[in-house]
Amino acid sequence: MSRYEVRIGGFGGQGVVTMAVVAGETASLYDKKYVVQTQSYGPEARGGASKSEIVISDDEIDFPKVQTPDVFVVLSRAAFLAYVDGLKDDGILIIDEDLVKIESELPDTVKVYKIPATRIADKEVGSKQATNVVMLGAFAVITKVLSLEGLKARIEEKWPRFLKSNMLALELGMKAGEEALAKAA
Amino acid sequence: MPERVMFTMGDIACAEGALSAGCRYFGGYPITPATEIAEWMSIRMPQEGGAYVQYEDEIAAITSVIGASWTGAKSMTATSGPGVSLMLEAVGLAVMTETPLVLVNIMRGGPSTGQPTRGQQGDIMQAKWGSHGDYQIIALTPASVQEMFDQTVQAFNLAEKYRTPVFVLADETVGHMRERLVIPDEKDLKLENRKTPTVDPEDYLPFKADDDLVPPMAVFGSKYQFYATGLTHDERGYPSDKENVQIELVTRLQNKILHNADKIIDVERIELDDAKIGVIAYGTPSRSAKKAIKDAREEGIKAGLLRLKTVWPFPEEQVARLASEVDHIIVAEQNLGQVYHMVKATAAPTPVHLMSKPAGMPQLPHEILAKLRDVNSM
Repeated sequence: MSRYEVRIGGFGGQGVVTMAVVAGETASLYDKKYVVQTQSYGPEARGGASKSEIVISDDEIDFPKVQTPDVFVVLSRAAFLAYVDGLKDDGILIIDEDLVKIESELPDTVKVYKIPATRIADKEVGSKQATNVVMLGAFAVITKVLSLEGLKARIEEKWPRFLKSNMLALELGMKAGEEALAKAA
Repeated sequence: MPERVMFTMGDIACAEGALSAGCRYFGGYPITPATEIAEWMSIRMPQEGGAYVQYEDEIAAITSVIGASWTGAKSMTATSGPGVSLMLEAVGLAVMTETPLVLVNIMRGGPSTGQPTRGQQGDIMQAKWGSHGDYQIIALTPASVQEMFDQTVQAFNLAEKYRTPVFVLADETVGHMRERLVIPDEKDLKLENRKTPTVDPEDYLPFKADDDLVPPMAVFGSKYQFYATGLTHDERGYPSDKENVQIELVTRLQNKILHNADKIIDVERIELDDAKIGVIAYGTPSRSAKKAIKDAREEGIKAGLLRLKTVWPFPEEQVARLASEVDHIIVAEQNLGQVYHMVKATAAPTPVHLMSKPAGMPQLPHEILAKLRDVNSM
């Protein structure tokens, strides 16, 4: 795989940095890719537009930041408005459809996938804190840049205390991702 | 400990590097974007049998590091520009008392409190000239998570070998990015430890240097009795206002660094053998430059990169060599021009072009490429 760029946007507290870290750990430690993960946030502890980014490649990565994302995962309106620029013309846009509306003109070639991650986490997992894991599952299925077994193993290892709810969140996210793929096909 | 692999942050790699180097004292005062170093140390240091102490401010933090070093512990602190501003008086004290310590500066936007969460490289000259008086300093500039580990180990080695404070100057991007880190088996690490005196306690002169210009260092509370002061002192450590004592001391403090510059300085030469334009960069902008020279070569522009892994002592010979090889030099740094002035003075008459960027996002590869095209058409 040549350089593949992922951007994840939301507000502080939604877990967008954690999401990128887990994706990065999976790609680096399990899938043995070169990976750089960075983030950008303001001085606020919660709220504000926050983004995290990952570059994944088979080759050594020079410039560490994302410039033209192949994928943009977005969980808040402010982050959509702040960070949508730069998305590749044939890129993938994954939105939490309850929180984000597409408010700008996108090229027809951008593939849009709507995942109600916060709703799934709240209603079906029982905790909004699982939103990012739901989104990770959808992201992995839609983009196929992470191995699913690697992602499962990583989540298992990282949060043994929340294994059950996280595995449920991941499964539901993967299912939502498959449904979104089927709808788009 | 055997080899370990992590996917982690530059700040944490720095803390692990310090621990692997044998650091057993951290005097801290947290500040964005260096907080993760203190946080990680507060967890890991007790596990390694060392001490983590959080102080009321940066001045107390660094002076405690000086004291801890005199007890024989490899010691460090980590902060950002505003914290360094407060610590600089003590940096001078560490230089004058020849106290080995490592001071990590994860550089953020300044002046003053500036932009806490955004990176910059604005503290290069501060590291060199921040404390008063004539002195030399050592400063390392890592560009990746692995280098945050490797060069923190190196910082301790240099501090111990030359009995001097050593800066690790990393921009925020390097401090906060995550990459794969391989922590080598401790058996594979080459570590330096300060020289200790072997003479009879009665014959011990605490500031009498050996041929390498570095005096052996005793531990406070040992059988060696001595006195360490920021005042100009003779070989016995006694304060002196004599002209010859001042001249001898400051000259030796300078020369113990400059005479060993070739062993301290570390640069990487990339695609320079046939280059007509040489880019000089360090930290994150050097990674942009690496991509830019690759793209430039695809367009037939013969560009190369001199990546500085150390900025102090300044790599004069390496820059002079580059100036003799190329027609133009471009300096890309995340500030309004600091290393640029050193390069310009060293490279003359080769023209030196500055690409400055005093903000959080470093020069992008395509921006450096555009500059390379411009300069190539001159």
